[in-house]
Amino acid sequence: MKILVPVKRVVDYNVKVRVKSDHSGVELAGVKMAMNPFDEIAIEEAVRLKEKGVATEIVAISIGVPQCQETIRTALAMGADRGILVETDVSPEPLAVAKMLKAIAVKEQPRLVILGKQAIDDDMNATGQMLAALLGWPQGTFASKVTIEGDTATVTREIDGGLETVALTLPAIVTADLRLNEPRYASLPNIMKARKKPIEILKPADLGVDPAPRLTTLKVSEPPKRQAGKKVGSVAELVDKLRNEAKVI
Amino acid sequence: MAVLVLIDHENGLLKQPSRSAVAAAAKLGEVHALVAGHADAGDAAAAAARLPGVTKVLKVESEIYAHALAEPLSALLVNLAQGYSHLLAASTAVGKNVMPRVAALLDVQPISDIAEVIDADTFVRPIYAGNALATVKSSDATKVITVRAASFDPVPAEGGSGAIESVAGAGDTGVSRFVSAELSKSERPELTAARVVISGGRGMQNGENFSLIDPIAEKLGAAVGASRAAVDAGFVPNDYQVGQTGKIVAPELYMAIGISGAIQHLAGMKDSKVIVAINKDEEAPIFQVADYGLVADLFTALPELKAELERA
Repeated sequence: MKILVPVKRVVDYNVKVRVKSDHSGVELAGVKMAMNPFDEIAIEEAVRLKEKGVATEIVAISIGVPQCQETIRTALAMGADRGILVETDVSPEPLAVAKMLKAIAVKEQPRLVILGKQAIDDDMNATGQMLAALLGWPQGTFASKVTIEGDTATVTREIDGGLETVALTLPAIVTADLRLNEPRYASLPNIMKARKKPIEILKPADLGVDPAPRLTTLKVSEPPKRQAGKKVGSVAELVDKLRNEAKVI
Repeated sequence: MAVLVLIDHENGLLKQPSRSAVAAAAKLGEVHALVAGHADAGDAAAAAARLPGVTKVLKVESEIYAHALAEPLSALLVNLAQGYSHLLAASTAVGKNVMPRVAALLDVQPISDIAEVIDADTFVRPIYAGNALATVKSSDATKVITVRAASFDPVPAEGGSGAIESVAGAGDTGVSRFVSAELSKSERPELTAARVVISGGRGMQNGENFSLIDPIAEKLGAAVGASRAAVDAGFVPNDYQVGQTGKIVAPELYMAIGISGAIQHLAGMKDSKVIVAINKDEEAPIFQVADYGLVADLFTALPELKAELERA
């Protein structure tokens, strides 16, 4: 069984981003970039399925600037077998990304695509669901457990009030939530080996997709800043303030 | 053109975030509500019809909608989409699961988790864990939107008298099946609907210690939440998590107990009206957003807080 795993290059999760002074976006120059954390979880799940003998091949895909090759190399070092980079200067929206991934899926014929549930830059939480729609496949989003047996993926999902389990007929889409697994660190030998694994480079036009965005960003601004308040000296003072000053209890 | 809101409901009751979605929709046009469900669809439709501003409820009653699976529910919305300028849902687990699927089927780029409506095409949404706000304008003919409930005051539960119209389902694709659900049992209000939220972090040290929070939550009618660290450590179930990838809350009062205040956690609670932090590390970043900070060991502060609240 072949598994595709799309991986996105995003600002490292430890970086506190700054809004540009001209309000055109956030400052990306000189900022540390990394693989989207949810995509690391997606790769890890695919690698575990391969280690269990369920998956036979893992293809890591990234869409974006040439440096996304580094993100693919990280996936290869974690255990993916080969990579596909769709090179584009514009940062495509989930709709265009889903269309490109669909074109790749039609060619590669995977039984499973595992994605991160959301990218921590645009926080859209959409690509997996959209790819499922375009392929006409079922979706197991926000997964905290995945079991593959025969033609069925059984996916336990994190929902508002707890957990829900659904059974999906393969081929299917899974999007990874935080608790699906803990991604491994790539070992040095595996990082060396990853350098020799192949990466195919494509353009959006090769996939017949126009990556032009549907949303125009008019402005990016700082959220209103919260002022640090005061320190109270005791629990009694805290309760007094909440009762008589803030009047919330 | 009217606006259609997908209502998230359970056991015949509307989820409060759906009332916030109706409030957002009311800024865009005449509001119709879609209630799809099985045995409880009738009660939920009646409740939706009582929401002020909802002029019509489309009710679909069929076993295939019993568990709000994305595949049949998105097919239904696509069937009904014609004639609507906007399709909305609250950013609940159901809305986030279904709406992007609907958008792709309509060849539309969804607009996730809006925090403000500027005009019919223009919306503000948080990006980078709420560290920036993007104002985006959509060029799609139909807008497919999820609504950040914490940013819109919910419409009242009563006061409207919309018409209820039964509509046909869209059939089942047969590729997905509900197996089971394991819901956290709690006497407490839901996190996203509570007036007061008390969250515990890594500083709680273990799950048993959350019992120190319980009597205070009981006293204040509060929901109990947690930081990612506390959930990852197994102290409490996953659905307690407040933060960028967990629940987004904006209660009147948010109390952060033993939580350091990572940006991913702040993303889930910094719009709360009043924030209290109790932490023994006075350098903890949570104090930078707290209205009232108490530098103290939570294991002495929580029993004191319980006693103080009981005294009055």
